Amino acid sequence: MRGKVIPQNEMKLVIPSRSANESFARAAVAAFMSQLDPTVEEMTDIKTAVSEAVTNCIVHAYRDTIGKIWIDAAIYDDGRIVVQIKDKGCGIPDVAQARQPLFTTGGSERAGLGFAVMESFTDRMTVRSAVGKGTTVTLEKRVAQRYRHDS
Amino acid sequence: MPVILESSDGELTVLIQGEIDHHTAAALREEIDRAVDSLKPEVLALDFSGVGFMDSSGIGLIMGRFQNVRAYGGTLRVVNPPPMVARMMRLAGMGRLGVL
Ligand SMILES: Nc1ncnc2c1ncn2[C@@H]1O[C@H](COP(=O)(O)OP(=O)(O)O)[C@@H](O)[C@H]1O
Ligand SMILES: [Mg+2]
Repeated sequence: MRGKVIPQNEMKLVIPSRSANESFARAAVAAFMSQLDPTVEEMTDIKTAVSEAVTNCIVHAYRDTIGKIWIDAAIYDDGRIVVQIKDKGCGIPDVAQARQPLFTTGGSERAGLGFAVMESFTDRMTVRSAVGKGTTVTLEKRVAQRYRHDS
Repeated sequence: MPVILESSDGELTVLIQGEIDHHTAAALREEIDRAVDSLKPEVLALDFSGVGFMDSSGIGLIMGRFQNVRAYGGTLRVVNPPPMVARMMRLAGMGRLGVL
């Protein structure tokens, strides 16, 4: 039967925007994702994309303050993982411009490549943002399934 | 973030170990810049063989060091990048800088 697509499993994580949590956040999502039996490369892709999104919350959204970061992840029977990273920080005035490779408001140590990396390491990335309200980045990737459980 | 510094014949080699993200890059940057400021090596070689993870903060780290070293006439070289690090560098268009 093919009805509404219901996640096979879900997780939620709320963390303060401390830079020490960058490694924790990507490791947590990677551990959750391991239920899909991904390759090392697929796992690295998601870890890298999550690291970029979480870093942006820490560096940009909550530039001079500590705020909350919400991370929601879901995996589906068809091998997809969807990760949503949300902040209630400063927001992005022009999302199209922010997504351009090399665009940064972050100074000389930022490469301006976070969105380019998220885009190229996933199958789909969407960005919703409102100035003064916050930003939500959604990352989606399909993991090649080497065997299926049909139960 | 452990780094091993090795200097000989005007060449400073920095062996980076662990994961490079925005959090760890800060300490790495300080340590590398301190050594570069005092030694002003002709060649700064960043050895990535011990790097297990790197996001675009690593690209920022490399680009910043590239500019520092070039400012006094030195050159930067990136040594032993694992496949995932090399992929990140290609995405950043770093092949054109001639550091690889
Ligand atoms: N969560 C966010 N909140 C506010 N601004 C953001 C957020 N994420 C990205 N930005 C903006 O988009 C720009 C580009 O982001 P990115 O591609 O990751 O490059 P970088 O982080 O190196 O600046 C940032 O410099 C910043 O201006
Ligand atoms: Mg970024």
